[in-house]
Amino acid sequence: MPTDVHVVYEDVRKSYDGSTWVVHGLDLEVHRGEFLTLLGPSGSGKTTCLMMLAGFEAATEGAIRIDGESVQDLPPDKRGIGVVFQNYALFPHMTVAGNLAFPLEVRGMAPAERAERVERVLRLVRLEGMEARRPAQLSGGQQQRVAIARALVFEPELVLMDEPLGALDRRLREEMQYEIRRIQRELGVTVVYVTHDQQEAMVMSDRVAVFNEGRIEQIDPPEVLYEEPERAFVARFIGENNLLHGTVLGLRDGFCDVDVGGIAMRAACIAPLKVGEPTTLAIRPERVGVGDSPDRYANDFEATVDDITFLGDHLRVNLSIGEIKDFVAKIPNVTGQGGVLEGDRVRLGWAALNCRALEAVAEVPSPQ
Amino acid sequence: MRPASDRAARRLRAGGLALPLVAFIFLSFLAPLGNLLTRSVHEPVVADALPETLRALEGEWSGGLPPDAAFDAIAHELPVARETRQIGPTATRVNRRESGMRSVIVKTARRVARLESRAQAGEPWRQLLPEIDEAWERPESWQAIRAAGERFTDRHYLNALDLDRDANGDVVRQPPERRIYVALFLRTLVVSLGVTVLCLLIGYPLAHLIANASAGTSRMLLLLVLVPFWTSLLVRTTAWIVLLQQQGTVNDLLVWIGLVPDDARLSMIYNMTGTFVAMTHVLLPFMVLPLYSVMRSIPNVHMDAAASLGANPTQAFVRVYWPQSLPGVAAGSLLVFILSIGYYITPALVGGQSGQLISNMIAHHMQTSLNWGLAAALGGVLLLAVLALYLIFDRLVGIDKLRLG
Repeated sequence: MPTDVHVVYEDVRKSYDGSTWVVHGLDLEVHRGEFLTLLGPSGSGKTTCLMMLAGFEAATEGAIRIDGESVQDLPPDKRGIGVVFQNYALFPHMTVAGNLAFPLEVRGMAPAERAERVERVLRLVRLEGMEARRPAQLSGGQQQRVAIARALVFEPELVLMDEPLGALDRRLREEMQYEIRRIQRELGVTVVYVTHDQQEAMVMSDRVAVFNEGRIEQIDPPEVLYEEPERAFVARFIGENNLLHGTVLGLRDGFCDVDVGGIAMRAACIAPLKVGEPTTLAIRPERVGVGDSPDRYANDFEATVDDITFLGDHLRVNLSIGEIKDFVAKIPNVTGQGGVLEGDRVRLGWAALNCRALEAVAEVPSPQ
Repeated sequence: MRPASDRAARRLRAGGLALPLVAFIFLSFLAPLGNLLTRSVHEPVVADALPETLRALEGEWSGGLPPDAAFDAIAHELPVARETRQIGPTATRVNRRESGMRSVIVKTARRVARLESRAQAGEPWRQLLPEIDEAWERPESWQAIRAAGERFTDRHYLNALDLDRDANGDVVRQPPERRIYVALFLRTLVVSLGVTVLCLLIGYPLAHLIANASAGTSRMLLLLVLVPFWTSLLVRTTAWIVLLQQQGTVNDLLVWIGLVPDDARLSMIYNMTGTFVAMTHVLLPFMVLPLYSVMRSIPNVHMDAAASLGANPTQAFVRVYWPQSLPGVAAGSLLVFILSIGYYITPALVGGQSGQLISNMIAHHMQTSLNWGLAAALGGVLLLAVLALYLIFDRLVGIDKLRLG
């Protein structure tokens, strides 16, 4: 698929106080019609990036281009970008229809056309018949829909959303995730979406940019991020990973042998590692076989079961492999019986491909 | 679940705690207000001092003068009133109806005793009283006594509105040279509106600045607004005199710069300008504080939202910010307006002749002319005017939209 570039960040830097960078040299391309999520813990610079694109913040250095044009000197009201804010920012003194007509009014649209557009967008977000209500009379989910409708009613090609679902309860949030995705597909607009919820990012996005301390750690489609994390931060942030710290013993054909506290493991070598260098291994708990025929795996150990948690569709097992404590494995609940008990000695194994040797981190920053 | 009687007892106890407040409001607010409003229509002094005379004055008079009984009664009652020290207030009240009657009554009360023997000898008081003062031969004098003898009167209210009753009892306007109060009410209204508008013009940007500044700056600015608020009103007003008088700081500065020639220094105080400047300064916090409180509750993101929707800064302000700040504008304006309509000390100190307001006239009648009835009536009219404005405000803006803090 040929990609049409819509928005470009070129080495964008942002500092509020002149000494600390909130955003370091950001390079990012947003494709036309794509749903791109900026994912990261709070304070990672993702919202600042969004606000610079919206025009509420100015980049300290670098340039942001929309359709090839630098927007450096363009005030927010001239950018024609729809923005959905964290707490909706609906105008409390206007009705729903008033809120939705506002962007059309300031553009000088005729009342008849305005009414027609408002009606159409209300249908799009499934809020027909709510025109005369005030925001305070709506539920959180309905307010959210109005906020989205308002950002879309003037038909922008680019819509920015800043944690729009943060204030909603879990069920409503999940419902709205699919709703926003549906609307985005229906209209074909480009959406840049900010969230700290990786689940949300996975559900909605075409691509996810994982932010950490003002930098993008990795930008990829959700399944690639999950399957092939390139950085320890991403491995920790997206889904769950066992992170083990070790030293590289040897390298061969893209694989490496790693010494983890006296235990040798085979891993796929992702970071550019050399022999003798420290590394961090990432192993997904669901890719660990417990009590399986061990010859299938390059990594095969004896372990002690410390704790078992029943979670419906799977069992979550905490194990000790020698000195390595709190190693987590997930056993799918296929038979209805876990087959392991606390205190059991079990065989444990995983394929070298499912064990990714990443750059070493002393302490992996925990999400949130 | 507590038994009902227990809960009732608790409620009673809780109510009991509010008793001091209820008593305080009654004693310091409702009672004086009621007393004053009563005074504006109830004037029993003359009626109590001269009951027989007033009874004799009832009915038809033949030949313009009252019947003999009235002369007899007043000759009897005036010395009594003198002994009970009621003669002064009585004379004052009659005098308000007919100029010169004060001395006539006081003199008569003093001299009646000397003529007592001739009256005993059979000479009628109808001939004796005119010997003391020929005013007793004029029907106007007696009409004045009769008018002053009414216990309940609308006179003070008519007076407060520059109206009067003519000989037939019809309501007519006062002669032009005696019309002062309506003009004064209007001036008070204009000054109050002007001060309110000035406070709003100065206070709105200031409140916006305070509401949107960083925490430290905002605290400091708020302090700057509040410090004058905590300073004595007298000190602040006097400071304006120092600044604005002919040989004051501002004039000196203007002369020094050369903007104003030394022989034509501006008169900025002891006139309307002084009243405006000092009142606006004194009342500004009452505008800034409610505005600030409302503006602080308007999320900044609303302006961002308006901009993202394509509104330029002016449109965003007019359509999004201003309507949301209206409760503060309304509260501040109402507060400043109502305070300034009853303002007294500042105009008295810096207003000179042309800068006096209705409250200064009320104070004059309370303290100098001792016409408490008229003072009360002027206060009553003021109260009614404020209530009327309050109702109009409620109809236009809605009192429930007020946000005082």
